[in-house]
Amino acid sequence: MSDDVLVMRGITKRFAGVTALHEVSLTVRRGEIHAICGENGAGKSTLMKVLSGVHPHGTYDGEILFEGEPCAFGGVRDSERRGIVIIHQELALCGQLSVAENLFLGNERARRGLIDWNRTNHEAQALLDRVGLRENPTTPVNDLGVGKQQLVEIAKALSKEVKLLILDEPTAALNDDDSQHLLDLLEGLRSEGITCVIISHKLGEVTRIADTVTVLRDGRTIETLPAQGLSEERIIAGMVGRDLEHRFPPRTPDIGEEVLRIEDWTVHSPAQPDRVVVDRATLSVRRGEIVGLAGLMGAGRTELAMSVFGRSYGVGISGRVLKDGREIDTRSVQAAIRNGLAYVSEDRKRYGLNLIEGVQRNVSAAALGKLSKRGWVNENEEYTVAERFRRSMGIRTSTVTTPTGTLSGGNQQKVVLAKWMFTDPDVLILDEPTRGIDVGAKYEIYSIINDLAAQGRAVLVISSELPELLGLCDRVYALSEGRITGEVSREEATQERLMQYMTRGQSS
Amino acid sequence: MTTKTAPAPAAAPPLPSRRININLRQSGIYVAFALIVVLFTVLTDGALLQPQNISNIIVQNSYVLILAIGMILVIIGGHIDLSVGSTVALTGAICAVLTVQWGLPWPVAVLLTLLSGALIGAAQGYWIAYFGIPAFIVTLAGMLVFRALTLTTLGNQGIGPFPDEIRSLANGFTGSYLGNVGLGPLGGADLVSLLAGGLCVAGFALSQWRKRSARLGYGQTVDPMPMFVLKIVGVAVVVMAVVVQLARFRNLPWVLVLLAALALGYSLMANNSVFGRHIYSIGGNLQAATLSGVKVKAVTFWVFVNMGALAALAGVIFAGRLNQAGPTAGMSFELDAIAAAFIGGAAVQGGVGKVIGAITGGLIMGVINNGMSLIGAPSERVMLVKGLVLLIAVAYDVWTKRRA
Repeated sequence: MSDDVLVMRGITKRFAGVTALHEVSLTVRRGEIHAICGENGAGKSTLMKVLSGVHPHGTYDGEILFEGEPCAFGGVRDSERRGIVIIHQELALCGQLSVAENLFLGNERARRGLIDWNRTNHEAQALLDRVGLRENPTTPVNDLGVGKQQLVEIAKALSKEVKLLILDEPTAALNDDDSQHLLDLLEGLRSEGITCVIISHKLGEVTRIADTVTVLRDGRTIETLPAQGLSEERIIAGMVGRDLEHRFPPRTPDIGEEVLRIEDWTVHSPAQPDRVVVDRATLSVRRGEIVGLAGLMGAGRTELAMSVFGRSYGVGISGRVLKDGREIDTRSVQAAIRNGLAYVSEDRKRYGLNLIEGVQRNVSAAALGKLSKRGWVNENEEYTVAERFRRSMGIRTSTVTTPTGTLSGGNQQKVVLAKWMFTDPDVLILDEPTRGIDVGAKYEIYSIINDLAAQGRAVLVISSELPELLGLCDRVYALSEGRITGEVSREEATQERLMQYMTRGQSS
Repeated sequence: MTTKTAPAPAAAPPLPSRRININLRQSGIYVAFALIVVLFTVLTDGALLQPQNISNIIVQNSYVLILAIGMILVIIGGHIDLSVGSTVALTGAICAVLTVQWGLPWPVAVLLTLLSGALIGAAQGYWIAYFGIPAFIVTLAGMLVFRALTLTTLGNQGIGPFPDEIRSLANGFTGSYLGNVGLGPLGGADLVSLLAGGLCVAGFALSQWRKRSARLGYGQTVDPMPMFVLKIVGVAVVVMAVVVQLARFRNLPWVLVLLAALALGYSLMANNSVFGRHIYSIGGNLQAATLSGVKVKAVTFWVFVNMGALAALAGVIFAGRLNQAGPTAGMSFELDAIAAAFIGGAAVQGGVGKVIGAITGGLIMGVINNGMSLIGAPSERVMLVKGLVLLIAVAYDVWTKRRA
């Protein structure tokens, strides 16, 4: 048997006239961690869906050899029988069911049609030990954080005697601790001889744990490189097909007086009203300034932003919000918008866009009043506004009536930004503005943010990616367990320093 | 405002061919309606399109069509209303008590009835919008409660007869104010009806023309001229054909005049008013609407108030048509109205649908009802066909969406 556990050759996959994969080849050696990198839309996920049988044999051209034998998977069950398991970006767990029930879903430990609960929980415990998850197997999955849920997914894969484990963006939703644990676990699985294919946008992780990196671009294999000594810049160059000298557009800050001030802001959790989520936070943003808010997951960043924006989160809120030195009413979203605030959510599909409507109706959604007289909307003006933003922001869509659900992540984010720019806010709070967006589009979003600041607006950016905050912001606040634990200027800011503040005062 | 964009290609120009595709998908319902009309015209040897029968179809379905207008807004908002049948019965009973037993003048009675319908809607809207109980549950409870109140109000017997004005609103026709004109082989026809039809067509053509010029003025893409003319001529032919047939019979039914006004008003409201837009945005993505500053609760509340008022209007017309308010009035009307909305292209998840679509959906069911009874089909077969049509219509919608 050869050393190559998986060989994919000349894979071509078309969707309704669009070629998603063009003669893609991929060779994975036994027992390695193989990273696949590429911008959104490069074909990474499609390739993995071809491999795992989500796109069944016959819907694509090319051949797949697994352990030297040709494969013709008709569905996911076929590929799982051969030991190929894929863990999707959106976790496929039933939240109401227990960990053990999830682990053996579709593969139940049963005798004559009745579940053997002792065996189920016993075997589940063994699997949890293997992935280092100290939880009771009878705990409902909903009670676990995203990081632990990811481990349950991996344990589920192990229960199927996995030989090749495919992970699609496994750390995208995890904080640094959980990511760390997951990467350690993958290295552990490698030493057990399990081969891993991992799709990731986080190049730091890729260079850390991968043995080999394959770069895809526009549905083609660009190169396969040994990860030893590979730099992030080198991978990015392959992904974008050009050298990104600067990941951040240049900017000369022009900072004026203070616009937004949040004082002694305290928020309690709606689920457990005695738990403090944001604890006497005080921060300020000046005109033309881009201020970052750093924090680990669960530190209370989004909770802070959403509670300020019309009390959209939390109970028992106290504290003051001041604009230009005067206290303003932010008790409803309408009041917050009227007072010049805008909040771009971290989850644009859930909280930002009406996916079945076009760009035009989304852009106008937060400021229909500006386009209407006595309650009647002027659709022609609305169209003109949408067209203007489409041009100025480079929203790539065939028409402004195209449903936003069909746009790419970067273009969707531009639509959400356009929606809030149209309200002409003085303060913009951008929550993870580049999450799930490819490198090229990130640059465009950064340019837009810079322009917003240059127009004299105050911008507060929440981000999990420290390099992003360092590259973009004039000042960064660190948040830990709901408290502002530090404030650093652009000059003093380093990842290490921020990380210190972000982990300060943690009780556990 | 200038925004730098990264080195990337400019946006592709609009693709005209795609627009036509989309239009075909949206117009599927009208094509289906036309095919069903043709089918039953052939099956009934033309009896379907006889003047009296056209008039019957309109009058017999008027209340379901009025309900469908309210229901489509409820469904676009992501809700459902199961109580409208019972509301029709209760408001019919209220109207009967006000006119027959209390002897109030009819305009006052009708107004009070509409108000009571709005109150019924407000009561349900409160639980749905402000208390957060799913509309399915609230209106299921309403269905039982309002039916019970109907029985209490009526004391388990019918109340009638209604004043002539209310009866003619439901059953009557516009008068021959200007006499008849000869239409050659078609015989005499009422001049007022013909003029009204002509005015409608002219108004439609003019408004479409102005809309088109305005869009062109703003540099938007519009249908090519032949397509535009074809559309207007098509509408004109259909409207005038119906009007001529009606003018040859007994002029225009008053409910048709009312329906036309409602259809026009509510279409405008749904498409062009801030309130209408808010309904679509709530149904499309509730959280995004909330975070965009839409007063989600208030909008939902008023959608149900509106539904209640329209159900009361349907209640008055239904009672007036039977000349009696009865305890079993409006039975299963909610299902007809919901079916009309879904056949007319509404989406189960909300956010999608058109007033004209719902009316067309209601007419499709009305024509099937009428056509099948003309050929003497038993009622169980009518039910079977209506059920299958609903299923096929929604399946077609799901299928086109999946293909897109």
